Formats: sequence, C-alpha cells, structure tokens
Amino acid sequence: MKRIGVLALQGAVREHLQSITACGAEAVSVKWPKDLEELDALILPGGESTTMRRLIDRYGLMEPLQDFAETGKPMFGTCAGLILLAKTVVGSDEAHLGVMDVAVERNSFGRQVDSFEAPLEIKGIDGAFEAVFIRAPHIVSAGPSAEVLCVHDGKIVMAKSGQFLGCSFHPELTEDHRITEYFLSMIPSKSDLLLPN
Amino acid sequence: MSQHGTDRVKRGMAEMQKGGVIMDVVNAEQARIAEAAGATAVMALERVPSDIRRDGGVARMADPRITEEVMKAVSIPVMAKARIGHIVEARILEAMGVDYIDESEVLTPADEEFHLLKNQYTVPFVCGCRNLGEAARRIGEGASMLRTKGEPGTGNIVEAVRHLRQVNAEVRKVIAMSEDELMTEARNLGASYEFLKEVKSLGRLPVVNFAAGGIATPADAALMMELGADGVFVGSGIFKSDNPERFARAIVEATTHYQDYKLIAELSKDLGIAMKGIEISTIAAGERMQERGW
Repeated sequence: MKRIGVLALQGAVREHLQSITACGAEAVSVKWPKDLEELDALILPGGESTTMRRLIDRYGLMEPLQDFAETGKPMFGTCAGLILLAKTVVGSDEAHLGVMDVAVERNSFGRQVDSFEAPLEIKGIDGAFEAVFIRAPHIVSAGPSAEVLCVHDGKIVMAKSGQFLGCSFHPELTEDHRITEYFLSMIPSKSDLLLPN
Repeated sequence: MSQHGTDRVKRGMAEMQKGGVIMDVVNAEQARIAEAAGATAVMALERVPSDIRRDGGVARMADPRITEEVMKAVSIPVMAKARIGHIVEARILEAMGVDYIDESEVLTPADEEFHLLKNQYTVPFVCGCRNLGEAARRIGEGASMLRTKGEPGTGNIVEAVRHLRQVNAEVRKVIAMSEDELMTEARNLGASYEFLKEVKSLGRLPVVNFAAGGIATPADAALMMELGADGVFVGSGIFKSDNPERFARAIVEATTHYQDYKLIAELSKDLGIAMKGIEISTIAAGERMQERGW
C-alpha cells in the first residue's frame, strides 16, 4: 500500500488524510522529521503559510523537507502548500522550500470576501472540477520544466513540474478525490523502478 | 461562473485556520508581533476583553482606522468584532474587506433579542456558543465558524473548559441517539431537527469550533486542543502578559504539539508572569459576558 504523508503543523490536515484514505492509500500525519521516513509521497496542505513556515523553522523541518524533495518523491502543495513549494514568492526575498519551478503571488485574488468557488477544466482530469479558492495565491510564471494544468480567469492555478504538483485551490474541501488520485498516480510503481533507464 | 460567499467558501476559510491560534490585537504593532509569532489570524479590536471588563462602559466595534492599519500591517487574515445584532457595524466591516467578523458577546450587545442574519453576508462570521443549542442557532443564522465562549478577559480557563465539554458531550449524545429520538432532543436543545440530523450523519459539528475565553498559558491552549477544540482564540492572554512575544510563540507551539508534554514544559519555562486573572465567582452574574447571546 502506498504511504502518503500530510504535513500536520496547521491547516486542512484532516481533509487531506481522509482524501488519501478514500483513494485506498495509507495516510500519515507529519509533525517531526522522523515522520518523513518511509513515505512514498507528501502533501503540504492549505492553511497559513507564515504560520507553517515558522513551525518548520522552529522544529528543524526545513532540511528534512528539502532532503525529501531531493529523493525525487512526489510532493503536492495546495494553496499555502503551493507557496511553501515555490522557488519564488513574489514580494518576498526568499522562498520557503524553494523546490518547485514556479513563481507564486500570495492572496492574489483579494481578501476573503473575494474568495470563490468555480468549476475548472483541468488537464488530465475528465470533466469539470468544482474548486474552492480561499484567499488564494496564483502561479505568476511557470519555469520551462513546468506543465500548466489549469488556468482560471487568466491566472495559472495548477501546474506540475517533475515530481511536484501545486494548485491555488483546495481539492481537500470537496468530496471529489480525483486530484488526490492524480497525485497518487505520480508515484512510480515498483515495476517502473525496475525498468532499465 | 464563479460564486462568492458560498457556505463552502465561508466555512472553508475557517478550515484553513485549524490547529492555529487567533490573537486579539489593538494596533498594527501588536498585529506584526502576532504574525511573526505564527498566529493564523488576528482579531482587531479597540480594547482587549480584560480592559473592557476593567473600564466598563459600552464596548463597540473598533475605530475603522485601527482595523485598517492592522489590515495593512499583516498578510494573514484579519478578523474584527461587531456587536451582537448590529447590522451596520457588520456591514461596515464587510465593506472594509475584513476577512471574518466575530459577532461577539465581548462587545455590548446592540440587540438583546436577535442576532445578525449572517447568511445574507458575503463575509463569513464566527460566533460564540456554550452548548449545542446555541451552536445550532448561530449556524442556522449563517455562522461559518464557532468558538466556545468561556469567560473573556478573565485569564481563567474554567468556563472555556465547561463550554467545550458541554458542546462536545452534546455532539456525542446526538451521534449516539437513534433517529427517532432526535426531534425531542431538538426541542430540548432549541436546535433545529435538520441540524441534529446533520451532526449525526457527519459525526461532528458542520463547522470548525475553536475555544476562547480565558486562555492565558501554553498549557491552557494545549488543554483546549486536548479537549477537542480545532484551534484557539487568545484575547487578553498575550498582550496582557509580561512578555507578549514569547507568550505568543509558546502558545502557537503548544497548540501544534499539544500532546508533547516535555515540549510544553520547555515552552513554559521562564515565560514571565501570565495575565493576573479573575476568579469567576467574584464576577457578578450581570457582568458575565458569556450570558450575552440568545
């Protein structure tokens, strides 16, 4: 069984854990570096990125998270999680993990009164996906290695870059598990690993 | 195609606060301290509850200038308080773009019979409750987030514990009931039948429930998490302590790692003096903020 971690410092942790379980994988809360061991993939949930960043620093999680990225295992960030993954955060001198080849802007749809839900067409997912945007960031620019999966209102709201998947909205707030399934499909199966290069 | 102010958008915003600490602030400087300490949101108000209690008089929505300065100072969400039933204060805060409104018993009520009809607003609301009936009525009016009331401005956790235990015990009772018992329970609680059916089918409240009203130390915050709160509001407990920055950081960390007792011991060392606190029995019944709301 695939073992998927959810960074559990703050935010919509429970919803991601439930979605992972609903997709038939094992869900694990990650609060400490040792919790990253033996995971096949990791989700960084929605929440407040400034809060998560402070707790990442305080509890020595930055290096272990970057090391996890180095292993090539898939990582998926939703909303605040996308901000944590991005190589560039507009208006900020330094990135957080800085591993995904995108630049993001925080709160780029406005304040909470501007938050919204909308049906999206997402590359690789059949049929509309009802997406919930909450004080959402968007991807200002995606590097050459990134593939844009969804644009809403002229803004990139979902992209994939190698092992990294990121979206502006919160798939975890809906009962629709197709994006979690999509992420799980990014985990190489054992037979893939046995193939010669 | 985009829809604003739906239940999912309003309740979802509170979901993103889970496991976090929302701190009362009265100016931009305090808001910056709160953000740097790891607060998930700040609550802008004119006076913290312990000062409202001390000074007396009518407590109203904060001067919009204060709220505006706080909104400019931080990138985390900014909440603000409106008086119970004060339609215009709430509309002003919504027009200013505040991220969440607290229809709060900490302020002097504007209406002693009716709460705001919160489902008519695009901005989401948080409301206080002491039991499941009160929670049901606030959600029925459109609240997207709850907080158990406790007794604000006291630095005394006892009422916060009482209210959170009460709500959670009533939720557990509803979950365990058979369907044919729900209507009578609805009548007894002053809750709608549909609401109780929803609680029973979800196995929990349909919105996030934080604890509030008396949290003064990291251990207090961890206690509320242990008892099942989704997060905590800290009012006077931070900026009425000896060392607000350290208290704020320690409360944030204790909330995340609420079952790591060695860690909470470390966090609690040499923090300085917490807010002084008040024994509840010394507060006259008419001065208990928790009695406000109907």
